[in-house]
Amino acid sequence: MIDGIFQFIDENTYLLLGIIKAVVIASALLGVVPLLVWLERRLMGRFQVRLGPNRVGPYGLGQPISDSIKLLFKESIIQNSADKFLFHLAPVVVVFTAIVSFAVIPMTGPFELFGEKMGLWASNINSGILFVFAISGMGIYGMVLAGLSSNNKYSLMGGLRSSAQMISYELTLGLAALCVIVHTGSLNLVDMVERQNSWPNALNLLNPPLMIAFVLFFIAGIAETNRAPFDLPEAEQELVAGFHTEYTGMKFAMFFMGEYINMVTMSALITLMFLGGWNTYILPDWAIIGFVAFAFKVSFLLCVFIWLRSTFPRIRYDRLMTFGWKFLLPIAIVNLFLEAAIRVI
Amino acid sequence: MELLIFYPLAGFCVLMGLGVIISSSPINSALSLIAMMMGLAGVFVLQQAHFLAILQIIVYAGAIMVLFMFVIMLLNLKSAEEDTWSIRPQNTYVSVLTGFLALGALYKIACVISQAKLDSPAAVPDDFGTVVRVGTTLFTDFVLPFEVASILLLAAMVGAVVLAKNKID
Repeated sequence: MIDGIFQFIDENTYLLLGIIKAVVIASALLGVVPLLVWLERRLMGRFQVRLGPNRVGPYGLGQPISDSIKLLFKESIIQNSADKFLFHLAPVVVVFTAIVSFAVIPMTGPFELFGEKMGLWASNINSGILFVFAISGMGIYGMVLAGLSSNNKYSLMGGLRSSAQMISYELTLGLAALCVIVHTGSLNLVDMVERQNSWPNALNLLNPPLMIAFVLFFIAGIAETNRAPFDLPEAEQELVAGFHTEYTGMKFAMFFMGEYINMVTMSALITLMFLGGWNTYILPDWAIIGFVAFAFKVSFLLCVFIWLRSTFPRIRYDRLMTFGWKFLLPIAIVNLFLEAAIRVI
Repeated sequence: MELLIFYPLAGFCVLMGLGVIISSSPINSALSLIAMMMGLAGVFVLQQAHFLAILQIIVYAGAIMVLFMFVIMLLNLKSAEEDTWSIRPQNTYVSVLTGFLALGALYKIACVISQAKLDSPAAVPDDFGTVVRVGTTLFTDFVLPFEVASILLLAAMVGAVVLAKNKID
């Protein structure tokens, strides 16, 4: 019996390891969301010279837990005119795509455990960065479906806006990423980090065309994750809450989960592509130090996301489109040519 | 093992393909089409063509179908009864003709496949389906069709802009 189990494990190590990794990464991501909500509310409080949540637990750390309990026990209301199937499908699509796109994000360098070489990623595919773009592109459908199925004008406007915004800024995002791809010569995220591990070409950020690419990627990344100042799809003053106006309880919370996980993915991508990933340059080359460095860089970027939200007012819709198509996109194209020319010379 | 993944995936693709034609509302048709493209991407992955699979998702499911959904959303402002497909009687002949053509094509494909030798699959090279391999092939062996296709697309785009502009003016 025991031998049989061992034999099964021996034969299917790869499969089992994959399943364990997938479960760990998915649950870790979902666990990060309440912490992020707490961080955002605390930091926003500080930025606006108020206290923020501080009643439940030490430093208000119990607040997200009590909030999620509240959301779990709320009644789930669906209006009669809504398309039931699509209405339920929309939040699922949002969370699913958000988690799946994190699958190819490597969190630290490859290391050896029990004599087997492994890495802290669910999978290390050849064109990792394209995979992230492909799957996060699928996330648009969650918002579109939510807007369509709610049968509500505000929701529809929110869904329209979100899809238009994400299509527009995906181009800039892709072109900025293409700069890094041209620089590295690989679509693999692990290769991208390993290109940055020694001093002459450490930190892609310090390379002139890539510096511009970094700024472009960051702006487009904020727009892609629908964060302020680009949170047009859920502009409260105009659209109530945009595409998730009609959602209640846990389904409402799932949209937020998707948004926060996308934020983490975007920060992780920026870290890997521009900030040297898990490289510390001074500390020893251990996997655990690499992971801490990676986590530190990602959380720093997350704080910047929150900082931007409390600093800038939301921009107007026509300005958003003009900014994306007539300002960011030409710069991104010229920048790409520049990077390619430098690479050739 | 491969067949264990292939058959559910292929079955899913066929089901969704049927869903595109059978479902009565444009939204469901478009969604079935998206699901079918995802399933097709899965089939590509099974055939070691990873890059092609990702491109399939980015280009078809990600870019083109979003525009489809966009149009459906703009049209969907009308009541629910109006946005179901309507059947026009004058289209029947065209449908029958297309059906026959499709059947003929399927028959021909089936003939070719049944005569092919499938017992000894050639060994797949290591870099098959990678970005480098696909890119090199596209820009050396197939550079002429590639450029012709790009010019065709550009012409289509300019044409669409001209047509839209006439309407606005």
